Amino acid sequence: MPQFRKDTAVDDRLRDLFTAGKPVIPFLTAGYPTVSGFVDAAVAACDAGAGALEIGMPFSDPLADGPAIQYSSQIALASGITMPRVLELTSRLSARLPIPILLMGYLNPISQMGFARFARAARAAGATGTIVPDCPIDEAAEWRSASRQAGMANVFLIAPTTPDERVALIDAGSTVFSYCVSVAGVTGVRRDVSESTRRFLRRVRRVAKKPYVVGFGISQPEHVRALKLFADGFVVGSALVRILRESPKPQAAVGVGRTIGALVRAAE
Amino acid sequence: MVNKKHNPASDLGNRLAPFLPRPDRRGRFGAYGGRYVPETLIPALERLAADFEKAWKDPAFQKEYRRLMHEFAGRPTSLYFAERLSTRWRRGRIYLKREDLNHTGSHKLNNTLGQILLAVRGGKKRVIAETGAGQHGVATATVAARFGLECDVYMGKIDVERQAPNVARMKLLGARVIPVESGAQTLKDATNEAIRDWVARVDDTFYVIGSVVGPHPYPFMVRQFQRVIGEEARTQFKLQIGRLPDLLVACVGGGSNALGFFTAFMKDKSVRMLGVEAAGCGLHSGKHAASLSAGRVGILHGSAGYLLQSDDGQITVPHSISAGLDYPGVGPEHSYLKDSRRVTYTSVTDEEALAAFTALSELEGILPALESAHALAAVRKLPARLSSNQIIGVCLSGRGDKDLATVMAAAELRADAISTRSRRME
Ligand SMILES: Cc1ncc(COP(=O)(O)O)c(C=O)c1O
Repeated sequence: MPQFRKDTAVDDRLRDLFTAGKPVIPFLTAGYPTVSGFVDAAVAACDAGAGALEIGMPFSDPLADGPAIQYSSQIALASGITMPRVLELTSRLSARLPIPILLMGYLNPISQMGFARFARAARAAGATGTIVPDCPIDEAAEWRSASRQAGMANVFLIAPTTPDERVALIDAGSTVFSYCVSVAGVTGVRRDVSESTRRFLRRVRRVAKKPYVVGFGISQPEHVRALKLFADGFVVGSALVRILRESPKPQAAVGVGRTIGALVRAAE
Repeated sequence: MVNKKHNPASDLGNRLAPFLPRPDRRGRFGAYGGRYVPETLIPALERLAADFEKAWKDPAFQKEYRRLMHEFAGRPTSLYFAERLSTRWRRGRIYLKREDLNHTGSHKLNNTLGQILLAVRGGKKRVIAETGAGQHGVATATVAARFGLECDVYMGKIDVERQAPNVARMKLLGARVIPVESGAQTLKDATNEAIRDWVARVDDTFYVIGSVVGPHPYPFMVRQFQRVIGEEARTQFKLQIGRLPDLLVACVGGGSNALGFFTAFMKDKSVRMLGVEAAGCGLHSGKHAASLSAGRVGILHGSAGYLLQSDDGQITVPHSISAGLDYPGVGPEHSYLKDSRRVTYTSVTDEEALAAFTALSELEGILPALESAHALAAVRKLPARLSSNQIIGVCLSGRGDKDLATVMAAAELRADAISTRSRRME
């Protein structure tokens, strides 16, 4: 009778994410470019002031991702990163870093492990919640109840195309905060932040009761400055993956740290 | 619902679950289907579902659709008794539903015509599509040309190479063919790329999906646009032989020609149905595209259903000699029909399909698409004892011109093998 099992509380570190300012949240694909390159980048990002860490669980068919993250997923999978390996890496980092870790990935690998089993294993590995871009709130009943029991937060996405009533629904369904995608589109580096993104975030602000972060296309301090008044946190992904792809090993983590540091200062 | 250890069949109650004329409000056929897509697309899918329902019930829409199906596409297609093939194979009297005679050479046009009429009604100026064999791409490009819409077709790089004639056709029809180099560079990757395009341009673009797959309402909508195949065939059987067939056979890639053929007969208890997947080099080789026969329930391209995947939940790369069947998933309604046992599913290998291709060409003067040759090959494999008077309807979903290079290359390989063997025997 799993529905009568008691829920587990969500990690306090995640609850406190928004108390000390506007967090910058790096996204890194697990095991990319290599296991040690990934770990070094995560540590550098944390040292540079990241508020939380998003670990990408690579999937063969990441349909919400642009070329950079697609490529990193393909490389990670080819090098033997499986779901159990992702959880191992999560364990390693959660033991070492003081910031909360969120797992971002697609529904199929999660469902194959089993919702309840995955949620428990992720929590045991030290993850605090998940972001699943191909699981809109309407399809999430089972996944949410498994997550609640395990004490894992569910962060749902809000898009510029989401009407107000749905924004309210998603805001209510997300555990601690929700995640606004800056534009209709897939992940990827974009040149600048448009007025329509600000308008969208202003609309979310009117409806949402919980905090929300903004992501997709954030890479420059100017982006953060442009959106600072309109969002509660900032996710940066493709830009970091690009740094990891283009820089030789020792410089890569330094580059990630430097980028995060600049964004953190812009968010202050 | 999609847990590995959970048997979805048990959700469906009795062995013979009822035929579902439509999915439930959440877009599900039993445990399958749904809308597993990025949030950006949800409002567009809700609108599309409402627009489709409205159009489908609108006599003006139906009239325009039927008129174009007749005057532009050349429907109804004929039901043809393949007498010499029946005599040779002795599996029963084989009737072919000639979708190869439909405009552009396959059943795909029935669906693209319907969807693009909807796109035009909705004021969209641009359509996109994914394609494997190129048949759906050609059918989309054709109707887009007819209505003056911009058309971009995503196609895996490998398919661009092996289906060159269709690439040329699409270009002549004014479409842009975008080779997809990510992943396995075939149909599943083209579908990913089309979905990504749609996420970015959902406001001005209509995504024309080519089979009964994807998020709700696509599986239902595409089936409705294809059901004309079976509706015609049912009338033709009654008219031409005075009774319904005993068995219907169709190939299953995503499953649109099969559902189009089967749907009108669902309530006819005496009519059995056989869906035929691609067994590639054999189910045990690991190189096949038989999602229903050898896959596990999971989520791909917006819906839950059977699919080919690793233990870790990564989608595996399918194989079939036929590009149109080379897909790791299958429509949710087929997943439901498999569990409910209303339809039986089987698979045939590349070799068996090639042999059926040759047989139909030589005995009936019809070059079938390699996809359709799979349906024929399954008839050849039926037990002979059923023979003589049984009436078998086969959906000949398309014509084989696009496959000539593939078939000739396979024939050369075989000829080489034979001559090597005979040389060894000398
Ligand atoms: C002639 C033909 N038959 C069958 C198929 C398979 O699709 P479906 O299973 O949706 O009918 C294709 C796909 O490209 C095709 O071109």
